[in-house]
Amino acid sequence: MSHRLQGTGAGARAPVAPGALDWAGRDRSDGRGIGSLDPRARILGAVAFAVVTVALSSLIALLLALALAAGALAAARLPAGPTLRRVAMMDGFILVMLVLLPFTVPGEPAFSVFGWPASWAGLERAAAIALKANAVVLMLLSLVGSMEPTTLGHALARLRCPESLVHLLLFTVRYIAVVEDQYRRLRRAMKARGFRPRTNGHTLRSLGYLIGMLLVRAMERSERILQAMKCRGFTGRLMLLDDLRYCRRDALFALMLLASLGLLVTVDALYVGLA
Amino acid sequence: MHIVDGALSPAVVIGGTALAVGGIALGLRSLTLERIPAAGVLSATFFVAALVHVPIGPSSVHLIMNGLAGLVLGWAAFPALFVGLVLQAVFFGFGGLTVLGVNTLNIALPAVLVWLLCRRGVTRSDARVAAVMGLIAGALAIILTALQVALVLWLSGDEFLPAAKLVVVAHLPVAVIEGLVCAAAVTLIHRVKPDLFGTLATPPRAA
Repeated sequence: MSHRLQGTGAGARAPVAPGALDWAGRDRSDGRGIGSLDPRARILGAVAFAVVTVALSSLIALLLALALAAGALAAARLPAGPTLRRVAMMDGFILVMLVLLPFTVPGEPAFSVFGWPASWAGLERAAAIALKANAVVLMLLSLVGSMEPTTLGHALARLRCPESLVHLLLFTVRYIAVVEDQYRRLRRAMKARGFRPRTNGHTLRSLGYLIGMLLVRAMERSERILQAMKCRGFTGRLMLLDDLRYCRRDALFALMLLASLGLLVTVDALYVGLA
Repeated sequence: MHIVDGALSPAVVIGGTALAVGGIALGLRSLTLERIPAAGVLSATFFVAALVHVPIGPSSVHLIMNGLAGLVLGWAAFPALFVGLVLQAVFFGFGGLTVLGVNTLNIALPAVLVWLLCRRGVTRSDARVAAVMGLIAGALAIILTALQVALVLWLSGDEFLPAAKLVVVAHLPVAVIEGLVCAAAVTLIHRVKPDLFGTLATPPRAA
């Protein structure tokens, strides 16, 4: 899979030259769906959804949350395949932890594997974690991951994130593609000289030199960048050229989101009350 | 290892986030205007380094390189690695949103700790001492990260204890790999551009 950093939304569907990053400000989808919403509303929405979802406890409410996230995925019109693959990769990371849980949470045994009893409580716990993790990641990818990375930086600046942190983010986003290009060039040069990664000391030393070289070049590049910026009178403020404005769509989105979160909390409270 | 949303207890998430915010604030204080381009390009480099996979038998692991990030960035490792984690979470779906603080703390605190421990060693004129210090920094950072991951899991509930132990054991080979790669990287930097270790990682007054 490609690790190129770009919004998986409109940017990924538009024909982009290989290796080129697309820095158009807002999502260039045709003014409908999630792409037309204010980026700040999307960030705040994702955070609110994550906090509420993590706080839920009943599986019914969590299933609803996952359905909401799936709805957001559809509304963001992200390519479903690659997005779900990413979510599946995340699931792969936590699989071991989830599989262990039924055997470590004490409770009424549901079944046993090689004499190890698995408890209902543990199964429920594992299911809850899996649902929470998937719902939050899906919502995050749909609402925020569909933005251009620079838009994310600008929106964070407008949300009063510290300026130096936003600058750091914007610089990082800008130079990931450049450094990755450099990395690929160095890797190609190594390959041309017969380097094939294996489990041995030579591989580790070569990769270490490669990363060291990347860092040295990054540092030298940053010195040139600073000189070029000073030459143009950089005073420490990056101009944020966009003009974000809340409009009726954003209010509608906020209202819908609040209603959905209210529904989640209500269902959760009802279900827990009944149980 | 990325921790996901929903696994940790609220107290652990809030505590971890508070500590991470403190670390990021400390790191940002050292990032003057002159240093932001360097920190940004280096942060991008560590982001790319995390895409490098090292084969272990039939499988492979990706590099983390938080020890080296600490040696190069000092306290600035906190905001730099935080930015990397934000981008990974938002665009790749690795990790989660409410656990960003905890994940930042797990990666960046070991980076700063090994920097405090090894910063004099890697600038010594003897290349072998520098390489050994790089080895220690790279390996120790991973071990500390694994221990912290295990700790936050364990603090969230005893039922995570087996998973926590598994995390530590699984990271031991990674620590060996990271230590050796870090030693090689330090050797190269020591030879080519030794002041890389002092440019960002010193307080602004001394620069």
